[in-house]
Order: sequence, then C-alpha cells, then structure tokens
Amino acid sequence: MDLITMRHVHKVYKNGVTAIHDLDLSIKKGEFVFIIGATGCGKSTLIKMLYREERPTDGQILVGGIDVAKIKNRKIYKIRRKLGVVFQDFKLLPKLTVYENVAFALEIFGLPKAEIYNKVVKVLELVGLKNKAKQYPTQLSGGEQQRVAIARAIVNGPKILICDEPTGNLDEKTSMEIMNVLEAINKLGTTIIMVTHDTEIVGKMKKRVIELDSGRILKEYQEGEYVHEVN
Amino acid sequence: MFMKLIRILFRNIRDSFKSIIRNFSLSLASISCITITLIVVALSITLSANVNNMTKKIEEDVTIVAFLDVDITEERIQEIGEEIRKLPNIQEGKEAIVLDDKESIRKEMMESSDTYKEIMQNWEDRKDNPLKDAYHIKVVDINEMNKTSDAIRKIEGVSVVKDSEEMVDQLITVFDGITKGTYAIVIALILVTAFLIANTIKITIFSRKREIDIMRLVGASNMNIKIPFVFEGLLLGVLGAVLPIVMITYGYSALYTKFDGQLFGKFVTLVKPEPFIFIVSGILLLIGVVVGMFGSWRAVKKHLKI
Repeated sequence: MDLITMRHVHKVYKNGVTAIHDLDLSIKKGEFVFIIGATGCGKSTLIKMLYREERPTDGQILVGGIDVAKIKNRKIYKIRRKLGVVFQDFKLLPKLTVYENVAFALEIFGLPKAEIYNKVVKVLELVGLKNKAKQYPTQLSGGEQQRVAIARAIVNGPKILICDEPTGNLDEKTSMEIMNVLEAINKLGTTIIMVTHDTEIVGKMKKRVIELDSGRILKEYQEGEYVHEVN
Repeated sequence: MFMKLIRILFRNIRDSFKSIIRNFSLSLASISCITITLIVVALSITLSANVNNMTKKIEEDVTIVAFLDVDITEERIQEIGEEIRKLPNIQEGKEAIVLDDKESIRKEMMESSDTYKEIMQNWEDRKDNPLKDAYHIKVVDINEMNKTSDAIRKIEGVSVVKDSEEMVDQLITVFDGITKGTYAIVIALILVTAFLIANTIKITIFSRKREIDIMRLVGASNMNIKIPFVFEGLLLGVLGAVLPIVMITYGYSALYTKFDGQLFGKFVTLVKPEPFIFIVSGILLLIGVVVGMFGSWRAVKKHLKI
C-alpha cells in the first residue's frame, strides 16, 4: 500500500519560479527513499510539501490518506503528528537538555510523566545517547546533536521520517553513523525519505533513489541500482 | 481526559516559570514595564479617589438655609418642612432637612458670649424672640441648587433663602475637572502599558521564534503553542503587580495613619484604607494579568501565521 502519493504536483513560488513541475510519485510503507539532485532542482520543496511547510500550487499529495494540499493552516499539526522531520541544522533548543529536547515533543500532548520517561529513554537508547541525557546540545558533537534531533523526530512513533540533508554538516565517518541509526529506524518499520546531495552515501546505502532535475523526475533507481561515480 | 487536562495545565504553569527564568533579562524588562506603569496607575487611582471623596464631602455639606418669617406659628413650621420634603432634588432621610428653631439658636448664641447672654436672656417666649427659625436643607444635585432655592423661596412663610456661595460651586467644578483628568490619565496609561507590554513580549517571543517553529514541527496545535505563552504573560502580569500592590497596601495605610486621615488641617479627609487598598490591589492585579495575557496572545498570534 502506498503511504505517500503525489499526483500532478506543481509548485510555483510567488516570485514566478517553478520548483516542481507535474510530478508523480508514490512511496510504499517501510521504504527508504533518497531524493537527490543539484542545488535548486526542487528536492527541498518536494519534502517541504510533504510536511506542509509549503503548499503545492496544483495537484494532490496524500500522506497516510490525508490530502496535505487541502489541509488548513490551523490543522497542520494533524499532519505533523504523523511524521518526524530532521534537518541539516538539527533545530535543537540550546537551553534544554538532551532529555528535555526529546521529551518536548511528548509533553505537548499531556502524556503522563512515567510514559514520557519510558519513551524518551527508549529512543535515546536507540540512537545511542542514553548516557548523555542530562547534557546540553552545545556540549555535544555535531553527530550527537543530529542523533538527538532524530530521537525527537521519532519519539512520537511516526510512520514517516523526513530527513532534509541530515548529514550536510557532518564529516564522512559521522555521516555513516547517522545513516546506520536511520537504517535501524527504517528496519523498525518507519518509512524514511531523505534528501541529500552526498551521492557517496547514497551509493553505499543501496536504497531506492529518485533523481530530480528542474522540478521533474530525471531518473529513478530501484534498490541497489544506484552507483556512485567518482569524478 | 480530565487527568490529561490537569497534566497539561500543570506543565504549562511549570514551563512558564521555567521560561521566565530562562529568558530572565527579557522577562525582567516586561515585569519592570508592568510594575512602573501599575505604580503610576495606583498613584492616579489614589489621587482621583481622594479628590472624588473630597468633592463628595463638600457636596454633602453644601446646604440651603431657609429662614422663616419671624411671626410664624409652630404648626406652619412643620407644614413648611413637609412642603420642602416634597420638592424635587431634596435628599432623603431625616438628616436632609434639619430645623434650627429660634429657641435653640438663642441658646447657642447665649452660650457663645456674655454680651449675647445679657441681651437675649429675656426672650423666653417665642413672640419676644426676634430671631428667625431656619431649615437647613441638603440637595441631591448641587448643579440644580438654584432651582430648588427658588422653589423654597416661593413657599409661604419663608422669608429669606441662602444657598451655597459661588466659590463652592467653582471649587467643585475644579475638583470635578481634576477627577475627570485623572481618570483620563489612568485609562491612557493602561492603554500605553498594554501596548508596551505587548511589544516587550513580542520581543521576548521573537527571540523564541525557534522554539515556536520547533513546537509546530513536532505537531503542536496553535492552542498548544499559545497557551504556554499566555500563561507566561499572566505570570509576568502577576509578578509585575506585586510591588505596586505592596506599595499601595503599606504605603497608603502608613500615609493615612501618619496624617490621621486628614490633610491641610481638616480641609481634606482621606479615603479610609479599608477597603480602598483591597479594591485598588484587585484592580492592579487585574490590569497586570489582563494586559500580560493580552500582550502575549497578540504577540504569539503574529508568529502563527504562515
């Protein structure tokens, strides 16, 4: 069953720039999909529309059965609760500890303290940061901070995890550590969509790859088809 | 469901304390802003309440004096009293119309000096007494006093009517002006504070735009985001009102005790501290809370539009 379906999606920004042009795409539950392409090819716009940071100009985007394009501004939270998002710049709150940063996402829903504690400890364990729960983001390395951000994104148990250049700020070794964490999460059943320009990682991971160019799908590679070319 | 709401409530209270401490300098700016304005508001309320009190006291004391004919009968005196009572603009109650009969005036005068005593000691009978009986009449609205005086003057048996002098009239007009002026200042101040606080909180919130963005990202509804900030505004309002309330409560009571409730001799009577200070404290707290909450609400609303 398709978890995400995009049909004839167009996105034209107010300044007249066409970011996405008549795009059709479907992603199945449990898939791990890379979206690659040159800067300005529309890959960021594509995933921003998935979590409704941007609204498509035309077309239909179904995420878990909800038409994201039609959702009202004040109902956005409904879609956000179904997915987790991870960014290049982590977006952690510097004044909260690692534990508090992750718990933040649960406290909003008024869960009991014990339940919050259990869930947070579980995800921190999953990303390998259980022993750093009391530290502040500034005391962590870039890779560790990204793992906190991943923990926060998945603590709600979302069906989809959207990653926007999660390794963009990290060195090669740390990037692979992050990829391992993401793969582990994927194996637990979470669908992962990751935008990246790091084709070396994409080559190593051997997942489905969608290559964009000027807002259109240039080429699609099934699992294992993509080969990283060293220039 | 109920437990969930309670948990969310407590979390909001806890978080608003936390975030006030975490954003200490900006919180302090908001609190100071509220405090300073509320102090000025408190002073203005105190001033206007006392001026108002003074005006009322003077108005209450202003009386029309109606002197009756010398040869009037006691029966007629009573009738005139009834007729005056039926006129419009006369205060209710026994105190409003007081008869000062010629006999008691004579006694009073005799007591005041020996000369009077010598002259008046033989006027024992009503007929011998050349003084005039007089009614002291209190009116409801002193602006209508002239009309009332005229009406009393027309009653048979009334010889001379004296009402308040022009000066009292003017004094009251001036006091009225002061009261209205202070009210205007209080209202203007409250509006200015609301605006200032809204702006201060806006800066506070702007510095926390990241927090709001992340809250949105992890699936917080607009309400989820607004409520903690509104709570914080409420708390800032309460904290800002503490000092003004302490000042008015202790300061005014001390002032009252020191001057024994009167200023400039007996000319000005101060408003009693109780319940005055409680009412003013309540007003200050209310202004602080409403303005704090409203300011936060407005400020955060701006950030929720995409």
